[in-house]
Amino acid sequence: MRTPTIPRDVNWREFFVEQLIRLTGASSIGFVLLIFLFLIREGTPALFEVPLSNLVGQRWYPTFDIYGLAPLVLGSLLVTVGAIAISLPLGVATSLFIGEIAPDWVREILKPAIEIIAGIPSVVIGFVGIQVVSPLVREFSGAPTGLTALTGVLLLAYMALPTIISIAEDALDAVPESYRHAAYALSATQWQTIWRVVLPAARPGIVTAVMLGVGRAIGETMTVMMVAGNAARMPLGLDAFLRPVRTMTATIAAEMGEVARGSTHYHVLFVVGLVLFLLTFVINLAAALTIFRRGRGGGGRFLA
Amino acid sequence: MLLHRSWGHLLVSFLFFLPLLTSCAGSEGSEAPVTTTIVNVGSDTMVNLALAWAEAYHELHPEVSVSVTGGGSGTGIAALINGSTDVANASRQMKEEERQEAEQQGDSPVEHVVALDAIAVIVNPSNPVDQLSIPQIADVYTGRTTNWQELGGDDRPIVLASRESNSGTYVYFLENVVRLGDSDSEDLFSPEALLLPSSEVIGLEVAQNPNAIGYDGLGYVTAAQKTVDVGVDQHGAFVPPSIETVNDGTYPIARPLYMYTSGEPTGAIKEYLDWIRSDEGQRIVAELGFVPLAGS
Repeated sequence: MRTPTIPRDVNWREFFVEQLIRLTGASSIGFVLLIFLFLIREGTPALFEVPLSNLVGQRWYPTFDIYGLAPLVLGSLLVTVGAIAISLPLGVATSLFIGEIAPDWVREILKPAIEIIAGIPSVVIGFVGIQVVSPLVREFSGAPTGLTALTGVLLLAYMALPTIISIAEDALDAVPESYRHAAYALSATQWQTIWRVVLPAARPGIVTAVMLGVGRAIGETMTVMMVAGNAARMPLGLDAFLRPVRTMTATIAAEMGEVARGSTHYHVLFVVGLVLFLLTFVINLAAALTIFRRGRGGGGRFLA
Repeated sequence: MLLHRSWGHLLVSFLFFLPLLTSCAGSEGSEAPVTTTIVNVGSDTMVNLALAWAEAYHELHPEVSVSVTGGGSGTGIAALINGSTDVANASRQMKEEERQEAEQQGDSPVEHVVALDAIAVIVNPSNPVDQLSIPQIADVYTGRTTNWQELGGDDRPIVLASRESNSGTYVYFLENVVRLGDSDSEDLFSPEALLLPSSEVIGLEVAQNPNAIGYDGLGYVTAAQKTVDVGVDQHGAFVPPSIETVNDGTYPIARPLYMYTSGEPTGAIKEYLDWIRSDEGQRIVAELGFVPLAGS
């Protein structure tokens, strides 16, 4: 009996392609590591030049060597949490509508429309924000100015929505049709099927969607810089949303262009970048752990 | 234009540079006509003025093209020190440490006053407040005064609009208004102050918001904002910002605008700077709402 032999050059090609894929996969890890090392290299001098009590302080006046990071970190967290609080329910609801409820023709219109939103440049959204959203926020909330955290939150929520919707919708799409059939066979209503079967089954994908939405919101720079007022105040208290706020990203973008290379201010801006990097890393890690823990439970307990 | 101005100009200058670079590379050894390019980087306050000069000068002297980029006074001076620009625009004088850094590089920057600028204090046109003394403005910007009522206006909260801390206008305003020119003063802008990325955004916020107060170069004030008359103190005269009041020295918040070259300028750069200070160059200064040098 003869086994078909694979021609040598195909074998070679196979090897080559396989190595190439391996290399690209490994390089993404490599790049993240390199970015991290670069941030550490440029940021650590600041830890020697600036006392820690200054860095954790509540005032950010870099021109006068006052480098309190607290208002910036809290500012970023405030707008991110606010944006996700709005875009998570809206985004998941929209993806459920598109994936489970909407008739085909509505779906065919909605999906590309949402993808177009994702393509709007952030500076354009900032422009709309400053011309339209900010005056509305001022008039309706009675805040002294329309350049507030809330304005940033609304626009960031809008920008995070397409990411959340698209990925959550993919996750819903990946739930096997047999799950739905089984639910209907047990005389579940459409709502019961969605809420108790489809949504739990799609949970890991939805968590991923939310995490990418968080990434979009925390990393967004231009829009926030244009509409959030950039005042480095401590965003504490109930009225924090109706007051201006300064985020880490806006700080880096506004100040990096002007600092002298190698100055203390320059190094501190890299510390800000490092904090931002670590924050997103922790968020992603938390998400990954959640998925892992849920994933091990296996199927079969959805209707419990 | 609401785009972050310096970024917009970075992009524009980049697009400008591409053909320049290729034409430079291409003209080497060939018989192409000789063109001189003067690179001009710096102050955002001066960027429109510098562009207007560059355009007008290029029409008169097609063989010279000036490429103008914003970024801020500090950016311009840094670029001059590391040799990436011929002329740096600055809305403030060079700092001592910048001068030292330049000298370490074996460079001795020369300062040229090219125009004057008045900083206008602007409010919404609906605001009844017409005049403020410098100590009052200082109290407003440090956060000691928080309601327009204390200044004779309506019962409204005051919203402070400021440039980002990298702006020459910010530094000038801080030293001469917020700190009342006292170099020992430790006063800072209130943390509530909005730090806005460009003059246009400040103008827009003041135009839209009846609570807002802002400061900006006189050249950026439009009919949508109202300038207030400024007095040195509560008892003296209150003077509106204008070309006349800046030149006769009665308007208290005015400053020279500078161009720096490394060493005394020669050749095309010298001709350009001479032209800027000529009547023709100074007429452009007036057209853009800045204040021409006296005696021209």
